[in-house]
Amino acid sequence: MNLSVFAKNKLQQLKKHQFLFEELVRRDFKQKYKRTVLGMGWSILSPLLTLLVMKLVFTYFFGRTIAHYTTYLFCGNLLFSYFMESTNGGMNSLLGNAAIFTKVNVPKYLFLFSKNVSSFINFMLVMLVFFVFVYFDNISFSPRFFMLLYPVGCLVVFNLGVGMILSALFVFFRDIKYLYDVFARLLMYCSAIFYKVPAKYEMYYLLNPVYVYIKYFRTIVLEGQIPSVEYHLLCMFYAVLMFGIGVWMYRHYNQRFLYYV
Amino acid sequence: MPALIVQDVSIRYITGDFKSIGLKEYFMLKLKGKYRVTEFWADKDITFSLEKGDMLGIIGKNGAGKSTLLKAVTGIMEPTRGTIRRKGTIAALLELASGFDRDLTVRENTYLRGAMLGYTRKFMDEQYNNIIAFAELEEFQDRPFKQLSSGMKSRLAFSIACLVNPDILILDEVLSVGDGAFKEKSAARMKSILASGVTGILVSHSIGQVRDLCNKVLWLDRGCQVGFSGDVQRYCDAYCEYLLTKRLPKTEEEISKLAKAWETRQKKSENSKKRPGKTNS
Repeated sequence: MNLSVFAKNKLQQLKKHQFLFEELVRRDFKQKYKRTVLGMGWSILSPLLTLLVMKLVFTYFFGRTIAHYTTYLFCGNLLFSYFMESTNGGMNSLLGNAAIFTKVNVPKYLFLFSKNVSSFINFMLVMLVFFVFVYFDNISFSPRFFMLLYPVGCLVVFNLGVGMILSALFVFFRDIKYLYDVFARLLMYCSAIFYKVPAKYEMYYLLNPVYVYIKYFRTIVLEGQIPSVEYHLLCMFYAVLMFGIGVWMYRHYNQRFLYYV
Repeated sequence: MPALIVQDVSIRYITGDFKSIGLKEYFMLKLKGKYRVTEFWADKDITFSLEKGDMLGIIGKNGAGKSTLLKAVTGIMEPTRGTIRRKGTIAALLELASGFDRDLTVRENTYLRGAMLGYTRKFMDEQYNNIIAFAELEEFQDRPFKQLSSGMKSRLAFSIACLVNPDILILDEVLSVGDGAFKEKSAARMKSILASGVTGILVSHSIGQVRDLCNKVLWLDRGCQVGFSGDVQRYCDAYCEYLLTKRLPKTEEEISKLAKAWETRQKKSENSKKRPGKTNS
């Protein structure tokens, strides 16, 4: 009962700030593509270039043992680059908008959420290209592919959670940016983007949420299977956990942010 | 029922070494035991209430807790103790020229600012041309904001902000902006807003403005409430005298005494200089 009241209040709040939210999304888009010739073209081109580089470099080492290697790579790149863009962009969402929320009474999560809209739209565009690649890789489409909405939904929530945590920490310590860069690199190598995880280490890899979501994609697209119920719960668990921590931090530090900026 | 009730409001503020230091410095200071965070009361036990249509002037030196109190009234900050009850919508016009985005065009910034102030899209669509006309920026609509001069920026900010139609309006040093003609125009617009029966709170370093516009006055000093009254002239007199003599009154009688002292001082200077004394300092 309490939850439904809470949700209703939040919805009303969102409705009240809808106009501001839309304008913030528009601004984030403009800021992102200012002074680039190709504009939004880059958001498709840059993951394709990354893919090309990885394909050239790693085919020799791993490509011969992994079937549909291009699609395999693309699965990893698609999800990981969305994760990176969303969280890196989200990190500055509080500090960068300090001039606004110290003057006007608006909910602070609006800034992070608007930033995430633009990275999500990018992600969707790249995903379309992904399906084109899947088609040319001789993988037949099946209704099973609709299950991909599930990990996508989880990843969106997960990214919002991580974004909240990072943007809150970034207000307190600017070093987080550099630490996170290093951490992200580590995470990338632990996400098995270009190699296959040996079966005996699989358990440890499942501790990495990004890998969990990537593996879901591969299971559906490459192996033609639907993951187990437990696996679905694991996906949800990571998303809810991070989002929960993020919400807690925003609530707990809501006042303190004002002292720091 | 009053439009705004502020009851025993205290706001604790922290300041110190934590601001924009890195992890390294943080740990170094912690290790050396030199990490200092000071807490202080930016506002302590502030109590006042406003009826609909009242205009409150808040006076006090820098660091008296005026801006912090306004942040609490608008809801940006929560008071550490005490309660604030507001009736109706509230809007604040604080430091107008900041918070714009340099790379967006004038048009986009106008919409963004309108959204921040809580206008609807429909309202902005209707008012957009008026805003630009009032700011006299017709030729600059699609230019990036950074190309505007600072005078133009504050003109635009004022033109958007002055369309607010809240129940409670908060003004932090923004009664009029710009140069010559625009200053008159904006002052006239401000007067008409204030005359519309809005409940207002004004923070101004110009005592003259407080005398002219306000019917209630709140005097703060280093977070403490010196007094709250409807006798604006007496309080302003006392405040002027305080600025000269630096003697802070503790009670209402002392405030009256200070006001008397100021009057005598004014009369003296009138007699000695043979010209009308200034009422504002």
